[in-house]
Amino acid sequence: MAVEVESIIAQAKTRSSLKRQKISQTFGFILVWFCGLIAVAAVFWIIGYVLSQGLRVIDLEFLTTRPAGGVSGEGGMSTTIVTTLYLVILTIAIATPLGVGAAIYLVEYARDASRESKVVAFLVRAAQMGVEILAGVPSIIFGLFGFALFVLYLKFGFSLLSASLSGAALVLPTIIRTSEEALLTVPRAYREGSLSLGATKWYTIFNVVLPNAMPGIVTGIVLSVGRIIAETAIFWVTLGGSYHLPKTVMNSGRSMALHVYMLASETRAFDKAMGTASILIIIIILLNLSINILSRRLTARMNGKK
Amino acid sequence: MENNQCCHKFIVENLDVCYGEFKALKDVNLKIKARAITSIIGPSGCGKSTFLRVFNRLNELIPNVRTSGKILKDDQPLCDMDIVDLRKSVGMIFQRPNPFPKTIFDNVAYGPRAHGLKTLDKLAEIVERSLRQAALWDEVKDTLNKSALALSGGQQQRLCIARALAVEPDVLLMDEPASALDPIATLKIESLIQTLKEEFTIIIVTHNMQQAARASDYTAFFNMDDDLAGVLVEYGETSKVFTFPEQKLTEDYISGRFG
Repeated sequence: MAVEVESIIAQAKTRSSLKRQKISQTFGFILVWFCGLIAVAAVFWIIGYVLSQGLRVIDLEFLTTRPAGGVSGEGGMSTTIVTTLYLVILTIAIATPLGVGAAIYLVEYARDASRESKVVAFLVRAAQMGVEILAGVPSIIFGLFGFALFVLYLKFGFSLLSASLSGAALVLPTIIRTSEEALLTVPRAYREGSLSLGATKWYTIFNVVLPNAMPGIVTGIVLSVGRIIAETAIFWVTLGGSYHLPKTVMNSGRSMALHVYMLASETRAFDKAMGTASILIIIIILLNLSINILSRRLTARMNGKK
Repeated sequence: MENNQCCHKFIVENLDVCYGEFKALKDVNLKIKARAITSIIGPSGCGKSTFLRVFNRLNELIPNVRTSGKILKDDQPLCDMDIVDLRKSVGMIFQRPNPFPKTIFDNVAYGPRAHGLKTLDKLAEIVERSLRQAALWDEVKDTLNKSALALSGGQQQRLCIARALAVEPDVLLMDEPASALDPIATLKIESLIQTLKEEFTIIIVTHNMQQAARASDYTAFFNMDDDLAGVLVEYGETSKVFTFPEQKLTEDYISGRFG
């Protein structure tokens, strides 16, 4: 008898605790949904506001004439689009080989080397910590560094070269870290398979490891492109702000983000700042979509679903 | 076994392998017969895979590994051989099929390409020969440009065999090549191994006692000693080891009393 009663009580207990669990689950569910909704709403609100203000001023003329300068902010934004493009290409061309090379060293060579010698281990650890710290340094610090080193000391002046060297320093940590992670995800079986065929380590890295790490590496590069398009402060102190189209890498220029900043802070043409900002946002959105598509394609090809 | 030097592919004397402080293999002595199948059996952790990886020096990938003792391949010390030449002549098949995420053609052509062969005619010739040798040609001859990852597990493993054969080795090391496959694919791999034995020296690590008994000519039984180091307990012709084992330990193991 006693046993039966006990089991009934136990059943009732589990039932009520189940009920309580269900309630708290529903509550949690609502909370999570609410948070998600707020985040998404904020994003849409900002984008919507900028676009609604900006799209008005955008027409073919705005896109194809260069800024005229002056406090009234006359003219369009044509040169800033091209300058941004130059800046992105040059920065990525500098940062990618350096970043991917550093990641290859850290993943493929440094690990073994640091087991052999304490000094190397210390240096590698220092390099890795350096990368982590650099990733968190505000961009204006990179700007000041670039200003002091490239603009003044090396006498590159306000120029595309100074700007893209500083920009490369800014995105280097991102590229190194994403590439490192991508390289680490390449299965050991691929490396062993290649080495067991008598391929050298170098050949293995270039023909098996890197192609497999490509989706991750590309993601890092595209993220960096977005960063360069969006950064303002660092280019303010390295690129200058000339609204002319740079003819060589030693010329000053003005990227789109810089143009937005200058229009908003130094002229009365707030609507044109919004117009430029709209173009900037549209480009960033397209860029993000393209990362998704690209990395999905690359991954699909890796997995043989060509 | 006869002491005929010319028939031995590998001669291993006083082999020790250590991972840092841990001794994985202790004082192993044996001679591997050429153009025969030698199977290596033993409980998990007894150093079978480590032993297999001695022959293509793949253990060197792991830091802090020390290998000592005398290992001869065709009477030449292994440690003096160029690592590329050695690995070209000693192919390896892994436990899980590990084709590269490339096309079937590029997988087989990988080794020759790594050694500098560029002419497409030659490569195509090698690819066909290797795939035929691995009994895979008829199944994939129309889909050479498809990704290797689209193949079934058994096909992938035969592709890996073809990939190893493409660099013209004389030895094939196999680390439980069928353990990740279904019974039918396993049978195919086993019969393939039987035909390959005519041309190649095959060393195969296996967990499967029946496989070792029916498929190999020689059997080496490894076990752990009291310090957990791998030691060679018994080595001889498979028929002898399985029917009249000299050691009690071997008998216990093959009759399934432990391991």
